[in-house]
Amino acid sequence: MEKLRKQIRRIEQSPVYADVKNGVKKGLKEKLFSVFRFVIILGISYVILAPVIGLVSSSFFSNADAYSPTVFTIPMAPTLERYQRAIVHLKYLPTLGRTMLFSISLTLIQLMVCSMAGYGFARFRFPLKKLLFACVVVMIVIPSYTIMLPLYVTFRDFDPLGLVTLLTGAPINLMGTTWPVYIMTGLGCGLRSGLFIYIFNQFFRGLPREIEEAAFVDGAGTWYTYFRIMLLNAMPAVITVSVFSLVWQYNDTFFGRLFLISNNVLLSKRVSSLQVNIRTLDKIMDPSIQQLYVSAGIVLLMLPMVILYLLLQKKFVESVERSGIVG
Amino acid sequence: MSRKRMIIGLLFIMPWLIGFIYFYVRTLFMTGQFSLSEISIASTGGFQLSFVGLDNFLYAFRAHPSFKQILTTSMFNMVVDVPLIIFFSLFVAMLLNRRFKGRALVRAIFFLPIILNADAITEALTMQLQMMTGGLSPMSSEVASAAGNATVSVGYYLSLFENLALPPVVLDYIVGAVSRISDIITASGVQIIIFIAALQSIPPALYEVCRIEGATGYETFWKITFPMMMPHIITNVVYTVVDAFAKSPVVDLAYSTAFTEYQYGLSSVFSLVSTLLVCLLLVIVVRIIQKRTFYYD
Repeated sequence: MEKLRKQIRRIEQSPVYADVKNGVKKGLKEKLFSVFRFVIILGISYVILAPVIGLVSSSFFSNADAYSPTVFTIPMAPTLERYQRAIVHLKYLPTLGRTMLFSISLTLIQLMVCSMAGYGFARFRFPLKKLLFACVVVMIVIPSYTIMLPLYVTFRDFDPLGLVTLLTGAPINLMGTTWPVYIMTGLGCGLRSGLFIYIFNQFFRGLPREIEEAAFVDGAGTWYTYFRIMLLNAMPAVITVSVFSLVWQYNDTFFGRLFLISNNVLLSKRVSSLQVNIRTLDKIMDPSIQQLYVSAGIVLLMLPMVILYLLLQKKFVESVERSGIVG
Repeated sequence: MSRKRMIIGLLFIMPWLIGFIYFYVRTLFMTGQFSLSEISIASTGGFQLSFVGLDNFLYAFRAHPSFKQILTTSMFNMVVDVPLIIFFSLFVAMLLNRRFKGRALVRAIFFLPIILNADAITEALTMQLQMMTGGLSPMSSEVASAAGNATVSVGYYLSLFENLALPPVVLDYIVGAVSRISDIITASGVQIIIFIAALQSIPPALYEVCRIEGATGYETFWKITFPMMMPHIITNVVYTVVDAFAKSPVVDLAYSTAFTEYQYGLSSVFSLVSTLLVCLLLVIVVRIIQKRTFYYD
């Protein structure tokens, strides 16, 4: 008995035993943790995906499905009628084309202007630089809602420095056109431009100076260096900003509402008037049926961005990680 | 040479600078001016200002039926939501930062709310969530929410916890957090991205040292991860507050006062007061966090 106990003690004291014991403990811990992680992720994914699934499935519901209390999520008599009518009311393809053109052009302008400002702040020295960069931060913090009224007035009678009056005799009214958004984005004050300038600034600051010096030695000018070398090196930031910018422009209704931009150009605005159209034009009075058409319309609105996102997803996530968004 | 560089630098930021002066400095000044005047629309479409002093402010605080309530609830919700969103997104970022099977898919799902943040989409999704959790076939939102309460009573399950010796304030906070879980999840997309990027930027050598010195995971989190995250927590707090403010009812109030009731002066007061409060809140919070912040360089 004594011998056995001694032997056990000897085994317990041997380094191999400790390793094995720790290994088992660690393996168990890892397993428990991965179970825990799986449960949490499943729960959160459910909260995110459940409404999306519900939306998609209800857009296929026929009238019978909508009224039947036994139908849940999976329609018994699926129909494409909701989509057909929604596509007609939204004038889907032409409107989508114009919306995409609008959002993509704005994204390109925003990329250009914000990357330039970011580069300027990151690499050059000029008076009041600190103060001016503080202004960028102010721009992020002050929501565009604060200045919506003056913006409305500004573009209602658009007359910067009296130039328009000088040329045409009277200020022009830019309400109902897309010009206000283009002008603001072109001057670096578009949708969340401050955030994009910040991201670009952080990224350019993180790039080694040797890249530029090499370009200068080889005789490249500042602008050539910027366009052909720095922007290419800043690809992660470019991708991050383009995805954010495109998605936010595409979904935005604030500027659309404020500047009374026509429904022909903005799919998101058209979707929000879909229910009224269904009621007044098609005389479908039951709100629960109207809602099915709205679901179809919203699925149509989401579809292009979701497809784009799934295509770009991997690149996007990688770029975000390397884009120094965090500084 | 340095003078030439300076001019080129100014040229780079020139478009933004012009825009900032024309669209921000000028308009902020105009907002201030509007709030102090009575605005009447002339028949030609222009507008006339007549100076009325602090009348608009007095009206907003003394006589307006709902401004004060809406302002305080907006502010209160913001203060309550921000810590929840920050901790939730930090937690999720740490969860997603490790390698595991199916990580790409999980990330794709978690960033989906960023893609789906249009007003119309959010509204429809909220309604769908009610139906899914209520287990009902589609019907109008009023019916769904009324019936949803009857079928799944979250309140009942939560009342089970009342007998624990938790202080009611804490319990209310937790109950509120649970019932708004979907809002919190959908509002944390960008923050999760920022935190993941930040976690990637922590030098792995620090963790190695911890392992060699025998620190536990808990200690490692509080001694390494959390301090290194502090600067990014500030970024995220700013982003969250601004984002929450843009979606808050006080903004809707300002919008409808201006464009459906045509009280431009009053609307300017609402915008100005709420923006100032939010800026004050930001300054206070950032100051508090900054005091405890450790900067690596």
